[in-house]
Amino acid sequence: MSQFQKKVELVRSEVIARDVVRLTLNAPEIAAAALPGQFVMIQIAPGKDPLLRRPFSIHQTSSEGTLQILFKVVGRGTELLAHAKVGEQLSLIGPLGKGFVLGEPGNACLVGGGMGIAPMLFLASRFQQLAKQGSAPKVILGARNRDELAPLIGDFKNLGLEVLAATDDGSLGHHGLVTDVLKKINLSPDFTVYSCGPRPMMAAIHHLCLKENIRCQVSVETVMACGMGACLGCAVPLKAGGYAHACSDGPVFEAGELLWSL
Amino acid sequence: MEPVKVKNDEVDLRVTIGSLELQNPVMTASGTFGYAREFEDFVNLHRLGAVVVKGISLAPRVGNPPPRIVETACGMLNAIGLENVGVDRFISEKMPYLSALGIPVFVNILGDSVEEYSRIAERLAQVEGVAAIEVNISCPNVKKGGVAFGADPKMAAAVTAAVKQSCQVPVIVKLSPNVTDVTLMAKAVQEAGADAVSLINTLIGMAIDLRSRRPRLANIIGGLSGPAIKPVALRMVYQVAQVVTIPIIGIGGITTAEDAMEFMLAGASAVQVGTANFVNPRASEDVVDGIAAYVREQQLGSVRDLIGALRVG
Ligand SMILES: Cc1cc2nc3c(=O)[nH]c(=O)nc-3n(C[C@H](O)[C@H](O)[C@H](O)COP(=O)(O)OP(=O)(O)OC[C@H]3O[C@@H](n4cnc5c(N)ncnc54)[C@H](O)[C@@H]3O)c2cc1C
Ligand SMILES: Cc1cc2nc3c(=O)[nH]c(=O)nc-3n(C[C@H](O)[C@H](O)[C@H](O)COP(=O)(O)O)c2cc1C
Ligand code: FES
Repeated sequence: MSQFQKKVELVRSEVIARDVVRLTLNAPEIAAAALPGQFVMIQIAPGKDPLLRRPFSIHQTSSEGTLQILFKVVGRGTELLAHAKVGEQLSLIGPLGKGFVLGEPGNACLVGGGMGIAPMLFLASRFQQLAKQGSAPKVILGARNRDELAPLIGDFKNLGLEVLAATDDGSLGHHGLVTDVLKKINLSPDFTVYSCGPRPMMAAIHHLCLKENIRCQVSVETVMACGMGACLGCAVPLKAGGYAHACSDGPVFEAGELLWSL
Repeated sequence: MEPVKVKNDEVDLRVTIGSLELQNPVMTASGTFGYAREFEDFVNLHRLGAVVVKGISLAPRVGNPPPRIVETACGMLNAIGLENVGVDRFISEKMPYLSALGIPVFVNILGDSVEEYSRIAERLAQVEGVAAIEVNISCPNVKKGGVAFGADPKMAAAVTAAVKQSCQVPVIVKLSPNVTDVTLMAKAVQEAGADAVSLINTLIGMAIDLRSRRPRLANIIGGLSGPAIKPVALRMVYQVAQVVTIPIIGIGGITTAEDAMEFMLAGASAVQVGTANFVNPRASEDVVDGIAAYVREQQLGSVRDLIGALRVG
């Protein structure tokens, strides 16, 4: 294991869409050690309130040592983080958790919904590094509307990838769910689906993959206090009974190992 | 005149708990430091006074359904449900790493009955590297067991006596704050043979989501920890210090060396760092550094000069 606790500089803050923010941090040690699907714990404020760090997927890393996160403002912690100033020092712990298990790039299908798109960019770029000529992964991305989705699709296109889009309001791509798109493209059983997004979306993808006999890995979210296996607060119910811990056993799991009927 | 410069390692930070001498008064609190290995990238574990590991029961426990934790103002509620690997797997899977650390390992134990407590203690008594047993008589998370022992002086004494009989190592009884008079409990376990008391465990609390009108924890209620509970913990340590002669280990919201030393002034011989480990994994070592710096700056003969040195009146 090599995990780090570092004070890192915020070098860029971009508003991607309404309430969606991307931060670029200068975090060379963490960026160099990071794998797709892993996450960081960020301390929101130096004081005691909010007390706990917040977990964020690693969205992208660069060879220059920067690391990006992409998040939506949903509460006090993310609201404060959205207002962090360039030049400010933020305390990061990472890289944490077990990421995706990478198979053949040509047999990979990445499905991201909403902020679940965040880890997919890192995964896509890693696949592109591994890919041989003509063996690019398939990418399906979904969000509420064009405003939210279009800026994110651009990053995947910059990697040379084709993106199939779906929006809730039909303003971009398919009018409906990413699962509709996944169904339509008829993957063969030698594919692996890599998915992150809202729980109902991942449950639907899991069931589809189960039916089609396709391997499926999902990245799950839970509340977390420590992010490193110490508090046991991040319980994820297992199909076989008992619980796994999202931060140390996951956040990426084989979909078939989890209990979905909750 | 130039003040004499004392190096970090020349500062006398030693304290004693029962028959044990610790290199410094800083330990980690049960359930907040895993089995120590989780923190090896962040903390120089060799520098801690002791590690206290997650509570162990006779059989493994799966714990409560999620959500198990929720953040509150300057603190958090947890209802983990005492999830643990059970004493056998603890001994075979966790102890080899822990005993190789070369620092005292305190094993926190829990049970549903007096017999269960003594059976775990018996198992641990044969294990190399177990320096002390901390008896959790106070966990508020489990529907049976914990609560009853910690809330009744007779039951607390019975568990203490049973554990004492089952092992040779020092026995620390961890007191619950969820009682009307904590001094009654402290006196009862001292009389029953406890070598030390540690306090406080978490305060029972609750959080509600107005929008959904549901409790925020699946277990409905949970244990409050973190900076929010420090004043309550300090008060209880101070009160207990007035009535017992055995060493006290102070716990509750400690995040800095200053916090730790306030507990020592109130009467604690040592401290445990808990929830702070989640926010700053290096918190326990930072507390060691901070205490050393204070002892040096204040030119104290030893950290022991702080114990119970509160100026009242
Ligand atoms: C491994 C992991 C990776 C994550 N990666 C990302 C990411 O890349 N981008 C991103 O935007 N978010 C991500 N999240 C979720 C993110 O951590 C939460 O949105 C954040 O902690 C909320 O903090 P807050 O203080 O703003 O909200 P709080 O005040 O804590 O909560 C505000 C509201 O948001 C809800 N909420 C809290 N946590 C979550 C959650 N995990 N998911 C959905 N709603 C939640 C609460 O129930 C509440 O209603 C990730 C979570 C995990 C566990
Ligand atoms: C997530 C969590 C798990 C805990 N598990 C245990 C446990 O297994 N046994 C125990 O005696 N105390 C347990 N505690 C209580 C702590 O050891 C400590 O007494 C309490 O949290 C107060 O200290 P703090 O405010 O520094 O965290 C737990 C606390 C937390 C937050
Ligand atoms: S968040 Fe603490 S164990 Fe997973």
